Amino acid sequence: MTWIWSNLDFIWDRTLDHVVLSIPPIILSFLLAVPLGWLAYRFRVGRGIILSGVGLLYAVPSLPLFIVLPFIVGTTVRSPLNLIIALTLYGVALMVRVVADGLASVDRNVRQSAMAVGFSEWTQFWRVEFPLAGPVLLAGLRVVAVSTVSLATVGAVIGAQSLGSLFTDGFQRGIQAEIIAGVIATVGLALALDGALVLLGRLLMPWTRSAPSTAARAPMRSDKEAVA
Amino acid sequence: MIEFHSVTKRFPDGTLAVEDFSLVLPSRKTTVFVGTSGSGKTTLLRMINRMVEPTSGSIDIDGADIGTLAPVKLRRGIGYVMQNSGLLPHRRVIDNVATVPMLQGTPKKKAREEALQLLDTVGLDRSLAHRYPSQLSGGQQQRVGVARGLAVNPNILLMDEPFGAVDPIVRAELQQELLRLQRELDKTVVFVTHDIDEAFLLGDQVVILRTGGLIAQVGSPAEILANPADDFVAAFVGADRGKRVLHLESYSDGDVLVDADGRLAGVLAGGTSPSAAAGAKTATEEKAAPEVKAGPFAGSGAPAQGGDPR
Repeated sequence: MTWIWSNLDFIWDRTLDHVVLSIPPIILSFLLAVPLGWLAYRFRVGRGIILSGVGLLYAVPSLPLFIVLPFIVGTTVRSPLNLIIALTLYGVALMVRVVADGLASVDRNVRQSAMAVGFSEWTQFWRVEFPLAGPVLLAGLRVVAVSTVSLATVGAVIGAQSLGSLFTDGFQRGIQAEIIAGVIATVGLALALDGALVLLGRLLMPWTRSAPSTAARAPMRSDKEAVA
Repeated sequence: MIEFHSVTKRFPDGTLAVEDFSLVLPSRKTTVFVGTSGSGKTTLLRMINRMVEPTSGSIDIDGADIGTLAPVKLRRGIGYVMQNSGLLPHRRVIDNVATVPMLQGTPKKKAREEALQLLDTVGLDRSLAHRYPSQLSGGQQQRVGVARGLAVNPNILLMDEPFGAVDPIVRAELQQELLRLQRELDKTVVFVTHDIDEAFLLGDQVVILRTGGLIAQVGSPAEILANPADDFVAAFVGADRGKRVLHLESYSDGDVLVDADGRLAGVLAGGTSPSAAAGAKTATEEKAAPEVKAGPFAGSGAPAQGGDPR
């Protein structure tokens, strides 16, 4: 425990490193997954190819990917960019299917009525289908956020400073408290991001909390009177 | 005026929904397409705003071939009300009504003011304006749907089984409400239903369809009821079963009208014993049964009373 108290600065710095490494992949994977997921949802032919393609992506083991990436994208071996790219790929792999499923989950009636009153395809996507897929997208994004935070620790092995550095350092120097601090900080960070996403969802999707109220059924009273 | 010229629709799976359909739908009148499922009635309706494209033939609105118009622009000029309201669940009532005017560039403030007035028009309390559709009853949602259909002040209002999913009492209210609106607003209404009573109540022109969008008979409710074109029509309107043939029976409480099946159909207006009927009658039924006429007026009264074990 004394190690933790005397190294709070170090833990804090690694936490910040970790945030810098994990936030961009979460956002990037979302931005990339929306158009890919839309293609998979919109075109039946594209669906099989895209979904199995991104599915395979997730099957690539992370360590070899970190090593191979610099040769593919031309970054240096120890650049944090490698980690960000790799984590983005894993995020996309998870998120594309979620986007496709989320868009498909939008009520057919609502889609048809939007079309009938004169939404163009573009406006309909952004104003109707995308927001209504929101709850599903949020659920997927929460998984991506948590998995990205936990995967980012692996970066320590290839030299990208993160909370994972507490594992490698603690393991090499035999400091158990450092390893435990790393685990707790990682879990804490994941929970904090998850909570932030839930709050963001509540803010952006107020309609999801409006349970059908019983007062709205007042006009049905005439029904009961007639029966009586 | 809407004109169908030899319109045929064959869906990609080979289903022939509508075959060689020609008809004129007069302006400022209500035309009702009525038929069972598979009769192509919804397909016909959706061809008017190009949600479905005809395989061959053409449709003109006021002389202009709609095939030459941009679909999105065409749809924004036509009101559309559908079953289960089709409201956007993530927008408040007021924004649902203001949606299309805002798509057309009406400033938000003006669109919302007009939306509030439309809530008055369809008989909804303004206090509901800031609720989400899921917080409304089925009948209220349909009223919002009608308000949304009227928001662009269209000449044409397309209604696809708009009252199909609400209970009979609310449906009768909404039907009367639509009749009132139509008297005030004078739109060209195209209405789709499978309920012949609803068709006779609302329609100036009723089109009875058989499978494949074939016209079995076109005419006013009275014409169809008095002279069914064939057995199919007679069966559809219920004439063959004696549903439309009423006779008077005297009870100790007063006289009631009874159809050939023995089902109570109503009472005579100014009948011998109003107190006997008044207890169970709703305001709607009183409005709907001013004369002894089983045809169009049976619509709102008969279903509610038919199931009543008095």
